[in-house]
Amino acid sequence: MLRATLKSLLARKLRLLLSGLAVVLGVMFVSGAFVLTDTLGRSFDAVFADAYAEVDVSVEAKPKIDVSTAEGMPLSTPMPASVLDRIKAVPGVADAEGVVAADGARMIGSNGKVVTSFGPPQLGQNWLGESDLVEIREGRAPQADDEIVINTALAEAGKVKVGDRVGVLTLAPKKEFTLVGVFGYSGGRDSIGGANEVYFTTPVAQQLMLGKPDVFSNVSVQAADGTTPEALRDEVARTLGADYQVKTGEQLAADASAGLKEGLSFFNKILLGFAAVALLVGTFLILNTFSIIVAQRTRELALMRAIGASGKQVIGSVVLEALAVGLIASVLGLAAGIGVGALLAYLFGQLAGGLTLAGLGVPASAVIGAFAVGMLITVIAALLPALRASRIPPIAAMQDVATPDRPLTKVTIGGAVVTGIGAVLLFLGLGGHAGDSTLATILGGVLFAFIGVALLTPIISRPVVSLLGAMFSWSVPGKLGRLNSGRNPRRTAITAAALMVGIALVTGVTVILDSAKGSIGKLAEDTIKAELVISGSTTGPRPASFDPAVLEKAAAIPGVQLVSGEYGDMAVVGGERTWVAVSSNVAALQQIFGAKATAGDISRLAPDQMLVSSDTAKARNLAVGSTVPVQLSRGEARTYTVSGIYESSQLTNPVTLPPQAAADFSIPQPIQGFLQLAPGTSVGAVQPQVERLLADSPEVSVADRAAFIEQQTGQLDSLLQMIQILLALAIVIAVLGIINTLALSVLERTRELGLLRAIGLRRAQTMRMITVEAVVISIFGALLGVVVGAGLGAAVVEALKDEGITDLILPWGQMVTFLILAAIIGVVAAVLPAIRAARINVLGAIAHD
Amino acid sequence: MTATVGREQAAARANDVWKVYGSGEAQVAALRGVSAEFERGRFTAIMGPSGSGKSTLMHCLAGLDTVTKGTVMIGDTTVTGLNDAGLTKLRRDKVGFIFQQFNLLPTLTAQENILLPLSIAGRKPDPAWYDTVIDTVGLRDRLGHRPAQLSGGQQQRVACARALVARPEVIFADEPTGNLDSRSGAEVLKFLRNSVREHGQTIVMVTHDPTAAAYADRVVFLADGQIVSELIEPTAETVLDTMKKLDAPVEVGN
Repeated sequence: MLRATLKSLLARKLRLLLSGLAVVLGVMFVSGAFVLTDTLGRSFDAVFADAYAEVDVSVEAKPKIDVSTAEGMPLSTPMPASVLDRIKAVPGVADAEGVVAADGARMIGSNGKVVTSFGPPQLGQNWLGESDLVEIREGRAPQADDEIVINTALAEAGKVKVGDRVGVLTLAPKKEFTLVGVFGYSGGRDSIGGANEVYFTTPVAQQLMLGKPDVFSNVSVQAADGTTPEALRDEVARTLGADYQVKTGEQLAADASAGLKEGLSFFNKILLGFAAVALLVGTFLILNTFSIIVAQRTRELALMRAIGASGKQVIGSVVLEALAVGLIASVLGLAAGIGVGALLAYLFGQLAGGLTLAGLGVPASAVIGAFAVGMLITVIAALLPALRASRIPPIAAMQDVATPDRPLTKVTIGGAVVTGIGAVLLFLGLGGHAGDSTLATILGGVLFAFIGVALLTPIISRPVVSLLGAMFSWSVPGKLGRLNSGRNPRRTAITAAALMVGIALVTGVTVILDSAKGSIGKLAEDTIKAELVISGSTTGPRPASFDPAVLEKAAAIPGVQLVSGEYGDMAVVGGERTWVAVSSNVAALQQIFGAKATAGDISRLAPDQMLVSSDTAKARNLAVGSTVPVQLSRGEARTYTVSGIYESSQLTNPVTLPPQAAADFSIPQPIQGFLQLAPGTSVGAVQPQVERLLADSPEVSVADRAAFIEQQTGQLDSLLQMIQILLALAIVIAVLGIINTLALSVLERTRELGLLRAIGLRRAQTMRMITVEAVVISIFGALLGVVVGAGLGAAVVEALKDEGITDLILPWGQMVTFLILAAIIGVVAAVLPAIRAARINVLGAIAHD
Repeated sequence: MTATVGREQAAARANDVWKVYGSGEAQVAALRGVSAEFERGRFTAIMGPSGSGKSTLMHCLAGLDTVTKGTVMIGDTTVTGLNDAGLTKLRRDKVGFIFQQFNLLPTLTAQENILLPLSIAGRKPDPAWYDTVIDTVGLRDRLGHRPAQLSGGQQQRVACARALVARPEVIFADEPTGNLDSRSGAEVLKFLRNSVREHGQTIVMVTHDPTAAAYADRVVFLADGQIVSELIEPTAETVLDTMKKLDAPVEVGN
């Protein structure tokens, strides 16, 4: 039995591999994700282990605000220089150095633009001399206050060389320095983990990076001989008390690496998401392939039953076949996944400024994941056909049992139930009734909806396919093709369903993003009453910012009526992490952003007053006169009194603090500036003047409102493009499915095709017949996809109404494009099967048994 | 009439078997109360014109089709009412098949095809019997060939060997010579007759060819779903005569 199964498998290897291709791709994504995470994770470990290799113990004041890796680098609380002396006095300390290190030293390259790091921090530090790790490659150490050294990677990216005067943006606006040296790291590395680093003399670093003289971000401690880092850590911690975090170098390295790995896991999830899509589509294809193969082997399977095979053995043989296909697909997928993981890790390393990759890692999870997913999916998909195979009566071996058209009632009822479950899950998830598992509920809902619709497809296919086919019925081959596509509704349905999934996802995402873009644009247009906007694009966690002096100077330009700079930061408000904002001109709240007061006065703010949105007030139980303690990134906590409440809208922040508070933000510089012009003032006259003011703030630019909106929503466009490209993969898999189904159908109908040719159907007509069948199936799939996708998208948009996506925008143009694309896909998919059909030997086909 | 041979215990037995297809207006009775016994170690042919129910009778006897009324027994096993597991066991232990279309698996060699029923049942062939079967069918030099590399007669001999190798209680052959030229057909029939005479195999063969039926020890004639006649030790001439007689009343009726 085993041998019979394997031999029959070998006889059909190409066909099965084609259907296994979807599994290969799915497995590739799964194992690729694991390989990437493992390789990069170990690279980070190595990088940080190196970076902290010379630190025995590090002392740091607790940060005022905890931030996640995605939000940027935590701002450590500066500690007075006197702490350094206390540490030096601890027994077991050989030496201690005060270190200044903070994110936000942005060097301006030779092209006048800030050199960005795309994620890793841009560190400003005090030069502490060369070490085993740090080596000056060119020039010398900084000695005067206007001298800096930078790392080689930064020098190359900014195209600057020793002796140049270069501008650096820090807490202070642009300052010019002489570049006196370029350094690198041991082992020929130009950066550590892609960070851009600028080293100043200690007093300059303290002033520019920490904002105060005589303070340090942390103290690096060397243990005396015979003292272990752990013992020293405990000793120092006891001396300094609870206000300080004392960690060993090893701990620091592990923490830093863990932070980055957290960011990586997001990337991992995206890859796994696409794996899920590929596997879902693949499931349909495998189901279809096995169904067709079982149908074609009816006689063979019946024979097996007649000579004594039990139903279980027949199921076993089909499942075994699926396992073999799954196994081969998993092996191929794993190999491809290792390649993809290595490639992505390499690209990531390049993008992160030359991250030195640890050796390629293939973790056990990648291998186990690959085989588990690949084989499980294949077997699950083959289960239904296997069950059907076991029900073939042995008598079918002796006579052509006309397999009656099984009624579609059961499938349709099942489909309706599954679709219903999907709808309920979507309702619960989108309506916010699912609590913590909202995302899982929504994804489950989408999955159920897809499977449900796929089950309903056979019943839908009858009228729709015959209607679609009517377009081609003017010629005999067209008519035959149409009838062929309608004669096995299940097969047509599953093939179309595979295409449906990809197109539905693309359509759904497009509907959501287009609606979001349209709604945001409309909102901004309707409510932002500013003719000019200063802003920059963000390339990492740290937003672009500019010199606050620009605001005052801009206000002085004739014709400018109102200017407000917007600051923002994470803070702890009343014990909870909350986003707080500052408008340099409180009046802007009403006059530019159209905020409406619901209580108190929102047109002015004293230094100890704050405004909150109505949502915040409700959630925190605040009213005018409530007092709230607020801890900002810098300085001590202080108490503010709520003096006004404004209605929550898309453009308002949860909490607005007075302008004085901005100095204690982690970025004490405005992120955006809004300029309202006096009536009758020409935008074109003011814009160049503002541009000149921004000459020393190269991170930002000034744009009119339309350009600003375009700039803001432009990010959604690139997101959409990225998703579309990746989902195109699902569509490619579906095309393979159509080719496979057609090829199998042609094979199955060899005799019939031969007969048609014998009674005079020409080759070209045969090919046209097959093509019409393919086109009808693929347009049907695309039509389903567009309808289901638009429906899902509309449901999500409806659910997000309260989040500000108010307008449902259906991308009609794109939807029509999908249908046309589907027709082309059909033609392309038909090429090979059609050629095969046309080449059928007439005599042989009729004699074919 | 009822065809019975009471000498020995029957290898297969039908008792008042009715088979009705469809319902209401479209009802067709393929078998109307057939009772017959097929005794051990003999070669019985079932004959009859097209639509007489001969194939249906064989399918019912072999447990491939259910009966509407009556009982079927193979050896001491009551086939009627067996569930799928019981039927599977029956096919493994007691029944062998030879088909008109040969029905060999194209991907397996002749030898693998012959041993397939045993390997499905998870049994080892009895080497002596296997050798006997191979020598009887005369295929020793063809064992490594695929069905496509064999002639029709050779393929059918492989199919016969496949049925014989498990030593079933009874072999049902459905028009085994229908797809063969007369020479290959004669070879296959001789071979079937020899396996009955020399090895005591029981064979029930459905055919409409009088020459083929003449190889049997006994012929049972069916018409309109009933057993109408029977011949012991038939010749082609006697079979043909009986067939003519069977057709005659129908012609008169017209």
